[in-house]
Amino acid sequence: MSTIPQQPEAKQRSDVGQPTTYLPQADPDIVTVPQVRRMTGGVRIGDALSLVGAILAALALATIVSSQIAPIRGFLAFFLVTYALFLVIYALLVWLDEPPSVVADRVVAVLVQSGAFVLVLALTSVLTYTVIRGRSAVVHSNLLTRDMTTTGPLDPLTSGGVSHAIVGTLIQISIALAITIPLGITAALFLTEVPGPFARFTRTIVEAMTALPSIVAGLFILSSFILVLGFDKSGLAAGLAITVMMLPIMIRAADVVFRLVPSTLKEASLALGAGQFRTVLNVVLPTARGGLTTAIILATARGIGETSPVLLTAGYTASLNRNPLTGPMVSLPLAVFEFVKSPEPTMVARGFGTAVVLMLLVLILFVSARIIGSQDVAKRARRRQQRKAVRGVVAGLVSRFRPATADVATSSPTSTRSSDA
Amino acid sequence: MGDEVDQPRKIKLVRDLPDKLFRGVASAGGVTVLLIMLLVGTFLALKAAPALHQAGFSFFTTQAWNPDGRHFGVAALLVGTVLIALVAVTIAVPLSTATALYITEYAPGRMKTILIGVIDLMAAIPSVVYGLWGFFFLQSRLAPVAAWIAQHFGWIPIFKVKGVDGHQPISSLTLFTSSTLIAGLVVGMMITPVITSIMREVFSQVPVGEREAALGLGGTKAGVIRTVVLPFGKGGMIGGTMLGLGRALGETIAVYMIISPVFTIQPHILQSGAISVSSLIALQFAESNSFGLSALMAAGLTLFLITLLINFAASSVVARSRSGASS
Repeated sequence: MSTIPQQPEAKQRSDVGQPTTYLPQADPDIVTVPQVRRMTGGVRIGDALSLVGAILAALALATIVSSQIAPIRGFLAFFLVTYALFLVIYALLVWLDEPPSVVADRVVAVLVQSGAFVLVLALTSVLTYTVIRGRSAVVHSNLLTRDMTTTGPLDPLTSGGVSHAIVGTLIQISIALAITIPLGITAALFLTEVPGPFARFTRTIVEAMTALPSIVAGLFILSSFILVLGFDKSGLAAGLAITVMMLPIMIRAADVVFRLVPSTLKEASLALGAGQFRTVLNVVLPTARGGLTTAIILATARGIGETSPVLLTAGYTASLNRNPLTGPMVSLPLAVFEFVKSPEPTMVARGFGTAVVLMLLVLILFVSARIIGSQDVAKRARRRQQRKAVRGVVAGLVSRFRPATADVATSSPTSTRSSDA
Repeated sequence: MGDEVDQPRKIKLVRDLPDKLFRGVASAGGVTVLLIMLLVGTFLALKAAPALHQAGFSFFTTQAWNPDGRHFGVAALLVGTVLIALVAVTIAVPLSTATALYITEYAPGRMKTILIGVIDLMAAIPSVVYGLWGFFFLQSRLAPVAAWIAQHFGWIPIFKVKGVDGHQPISSLTLFTSSTLIAGLVVGMMITPVITSIMREVFSQVPVGEREAALGLGGTKAGVIRTVVLPFGKGGMIGGTMLGLGRALGETIAVYMIISPVFTIQPHILQSGAISVSSLIALQFAESNSFGLSALMAAGLTLFLITLLINFAASSVVARSRSGASS
């Protein structure tokens, strides 16, 4: 009774015996305005104006400062002064009609965004500048097909090339990968699968060695392989030096990938009675395959670009040398380095062209690492299923349109079954 | 029934042959790697011994590099290396922090993926390319800035340049090329992607609950960054910075391409002339006799030990921080 005092009509009719629901009626006297969704983001006109105003004021003030008070030479200096002035003026403008916390927020936002912008700008300029300067050398296909045997420093860009450096890079990185991949993966498996104080110690050492200066890796091979064991400077020595540099990077990346394998998967395998070796072979390695490939490719990109270990161990030659065991063997970064040391503009242009070739190589490796790395187990399985379905459909079509054989009558049920599979 | 208490059973682990073999091979791999890493130090020490024996403690105090005259030391080299690395870190850390914060806090979805890709790609660009950029592109554009700083802030000791007076116009910009500042800037550009990716990793692990709690209390974005994101990521930031510092100390080719070597302590970062351990090695190994090589090995060993130390410290800082050592 007292539970619904607002609805006296309901109380009166309650004796009817039938439970009924009454909807509240809208009061016709109240005019309802349709609710408009409010914008929490967006830009207020005042904010935009203070930003633009601050930029204009900073530009004007910087012009005065640079021309009258403290003369500035160069665009970069002018830009820096303008930026500093802009920050101050903008903070002042916001402070006029906002509380201090908002002022701090705006200034931080400007700092963070401009920092990111400057970084991207600088990094883009690294790439574009190299490409622009290297353009004149890259357009000649002889850059990729010839070596420098018969080309002097004064010869035009249409003669000579860096085929010897490309071959050298490929041989050296192959030697490094042939050692790094098996040894690195085995060592990373040791770190995750055979835990203990010794594995922990090894992990600490490996992590510390990831910052091994690359020139020290070169010095190590120079002092051991070349000076103590008495080998010549050669492609093999350079490959070994790159190996020493890449190995810690590789192990560390593979270790992280192996640690990301869900322990539930491993436990499921163990619970089914598989041994540790079987688990590693059938569960850990397949699960980690994408990540491992990415790790290998990124380490390769690092190894390809290293100059200093190669500088100490490979020697320099202008001719093609396919034998890593004897004689000097040049690599792409080393060729860039040697070319731009020359005062001749054509040699410098050649150096930039070689740098573009090197960057393209790194870029290809990087993009393939991205593509492989973005494919996880689920995506792979889905694609396999799609392929299977497509194959089923194709098989169905093929069997349907196959020229009539002896059993024409049974061909159509067969085709439906195969497309289901 | 009641008096039969379950006893925990002894678990005996029986490994079959393939498992034993696997563990054996894996351990052998681990031991091999450890051996290689220890050999690096051993061989360097072995080869450096003659020079160190000859020079004694003066190796760390001499400001010269003349192994043939038995007069050499790493004092100027170490100072030069550290100065270049400090300039690099001073430039790289604010840039990396801003970029990492932009990626985790400000960037809209698509921008985030693109930026992460660009930063990772930049970490893979060879150092010789950065060297080209620094020498041919940056140097001529930065020299006027350096000249301006020297003219107006020359009274600060590190910005002092010999031959520059606040009132006289500057005769030539070559005073300001090949300096510690330019080398440090280029190295800074090289280590920025490395530091950024570590910081981004750490910042993205900040618990959403804490972030939202700060926002719910009325905090601005800057407030959230100051009170939640930065304190949480402090360990990762320090660790990432030290890893970057380690990379900066060991950088060879880009520095070699830019500097013009000096062999005395050169504390004025704007002035032409700088040196680092690794660029000295690249510069001199070709024309060194066996004793000269030994001296270079000693310098390399010093560099190696310093980077090792910094890296140990970095990884222990990262591991002890709240964000952990997951990266």
